[in-house]
Amino acid sequence: MSERRTTAVLDRTGLDALVQVLRARGRTVIGPTVRDGAVVLADLATAEELPFGWGTEVEAGRYRLVPRADGAAFAHTTGPQSWKAFLHPEREKVWDADRTADGRLSVAEAPRARPSYAFLGVRPCDLRAVAIQDRVLAGGRYQDRGYRERRAGAFLIAAECTEPGATCFCVSMGSGPGADAGFDLALTELVDETGHRFHVRAGSDAGDELLAEVPHRPAEPETQAAARDAVDAARERMGRAMPPVDLRTLLGDSLEADRWDDVAARCLTCGNCTMVCPTCFCTTTEEITDLTGDHAERWQRWDSCFDLDFSYLHGGPVRASARSRYRQWLTHKLSTWYEQFGSSGCVGCGRCITWCPVGIDITEEASALHDELAARLRRHDQEGENGRKESEP
Amino acid sequence: MSTPSPAVPTLAVFKLASCDGCQLTLLDCEDEFLALAGRVRIAHFPEASSSVDPGPYDLGLVEGSVTTPDDARRIREIRAQCRVLVTIGACATAGGIQALRNFADVEEFRRTVYARPDYIETLATSTPVSAHVDVDFELRGCPIDRGQLLEVLTAFLAGRKPDVPNHSVCFECKRRGTVCVTVAHGTPCLGPVTHAGCGAICPAYGRGCYGCFGPSGSVNLPALIPLLHRDGLDDPATERFLRTFNAAAFDTCDNESGKEVRP
Ligand code: SF4
Ligand code: SF4
Ligand code: SF4
Ligand code: SF4
Repeated sequence: MSERRTTAVLDRTGLDALVQVLRARGRTVIGPTVRDGAVVLADLATAEELPFGWGTEVEAGRYRLVPRADGAAFAHTTGPQSWKAFLHPEREKVWDADRTADGRLSVAEAPRARPSYAFLGVRPCDLRAVAIQDRVLAGGRYQDRGYRERRAGAFLIAAECTEPGATCFCVSMGSGPGADAGFDLALTELVDETGHRFHVRAGSDAGDELLAEVPHRPAEPETQAAARDAVDAARERMGRAMPPVDLRTLLGDSLEADRWDDVAARCLTCGNCTMVCPTCFCTTTEEITDLTGDHAERWQRWDSCFDLDFSYLHGGPVRASARSRYRQWLTHKLSTWYEQFGSSGCVGCGRCITWCPVGIDITEEASALHDELAARLRRHDQEGENGRKESEP
Repeated sequence: MSTPSPAVPTLAVFKLASCDGCQLTLLDCEDEFLALAGRVRIAHFPEASSSVDPGPYDLGLVEGSVTTPDDARRIREIRAQCRVLVTIGACATAGGIQALRNFADVEEFRRTVYARPDYIETLATSTPVSAHVDVDFELRGCPIDRGQLLEVLTAFLAGRKPDVPNHSVCFECKRRGTVCVTVAHGTPCLGPVTHAGCGAICPAYGRGCYGCFGPSGSVNLPALIPLLHRDGLDDPATERFLRTFNAAAFDTCDNESGKEVRP
């Protein structure tokens, strides 16, 4: 335990030094940068590659980069990838099997690359998503070794949100816009008359220690207050919200809802929502053989409940209809995730809304299910009431 | 090496109406081609060798669509000679580009294009092999993907099911980390309804998917069409976009690809 965590202020030079120190320590620094008309996550050689002066305008099914006059680096919202692309890569070899000279089989766990990551600019919702994937992939009895190794060595630098997007709803999921735990350092970017600077809080010994190596100044009360205010203001500017109801029971009570047919008519079953979701963890495993027949490999790769093969049992897929597949996604995210992993599977990052080509909106679907259920219960009460009236003498 | 070696399986490659691109994919396998030649006897592959052994064959690969009465007769013969029949490419699995004739007047083409129309014997439509005979496996693409072809061949040799997923191109696009061209640029893309297999090449180069692998296992065209309209394709352009490589394959598939199995 450390006595008191450092708080400090970095300017742009300090931010660059931070990246250089991490790289000098052999870390692969991953952070946001502009590519192909979006802010993506990539290996950064310097802090200069951060998306300074770029913001984003998002809506359901729409994403556009927009220039920002203030030169901010962290004023964009979630892009098409999440940190799972690095911690839980889309494809990973599990084992190799070879036929030995005496005709026996030898099976060996595949050697894994073990990059030492530093993630720069992890949003509070994504910090929560990492914590959720920790529970899923590295908690409990069945652990994903690769994930556990990559995660254990990762250094997390959060960037608190001051510019939430139109598809963000972390406040209603209790996961943002401020970072409360699970980081080594947390940055809050400020651009005002005092200049462009980053308020930094250490969240771990490793964070304290790293900060000591980077040129910084102590956090003066004004900057501290400005950082707090900026995050508080973001809280009031969420683009969306989940209906304020117990989603867990709502979904549990909605298995036969008509709304599933409505959304199924709009859904492409393309799987984009699950691929971009920072908590979706599903994989499939496939064995491949080579032409000689003496070598086989098992690979794990991302899969999704929108894939027909995902629920394929002998004879066919269990979830063949689009209705049943969309229902699986929403019900797992918002309800059965609690039974499995003790929390919601949604952190309100808004990616599934932005990156769904047809703009299907998880908050809108949840509201519609709520309205349908409420109407059903009212009818029920009404009928009960009428029943009672009729039976009165 | 003590790999048990029963009779070496025979491979035959046939061509109907096509451009040869898919067969070339097989020759393109270079390194693996030698390993393949060591594991199968290539008994019939006119594109690669003029020596042709008579059937029957263990595995037949068929490229091309059925466009003439002779094709229709030949494909029955081919089927009869092959224990396992695999069709390769958009022509063989959906009719190919030449199936654009299915939406036009072939008689008129014949009269306009050829000096001696009476020399031309052709059917009014270009149809996939599966419209004529039973097919054991259909490998998609225009042309097919080299990696997938090798997977089908190795799977056949190992007696297992090939790992050829039938989900959408979007899965591959996202796995690859590509920025979605529809969402971020407003470019029309057939990825959400197209069969995976190419590795989402077009979006990786900023183009919309052209659907050359044909429909995925789970297509909802009515949901996609408004998007194509929004992104600038009018009705005729949308129709052309959908029919370029795979004729009517997209028009004819429906969303619910099977009955939901209720517990
Ligand atoms: S909800 Fe949207 S992103 Fe998800 S499968 Fe359906 S159409 Fe694709
Ligand atoms: S369900 Fe959607 S909003 Fe929730 S965490 Fe996943 S991608 Fe983000
Ligand atoms: S929503 Fe679907 S893809 Fe995501 S974790 Fe659940 S079952 Fe897996
Ligand atoms: S670019 Fe096309 S294939 Fe890729 S995710 Fe978008 S719609 Fe799907």
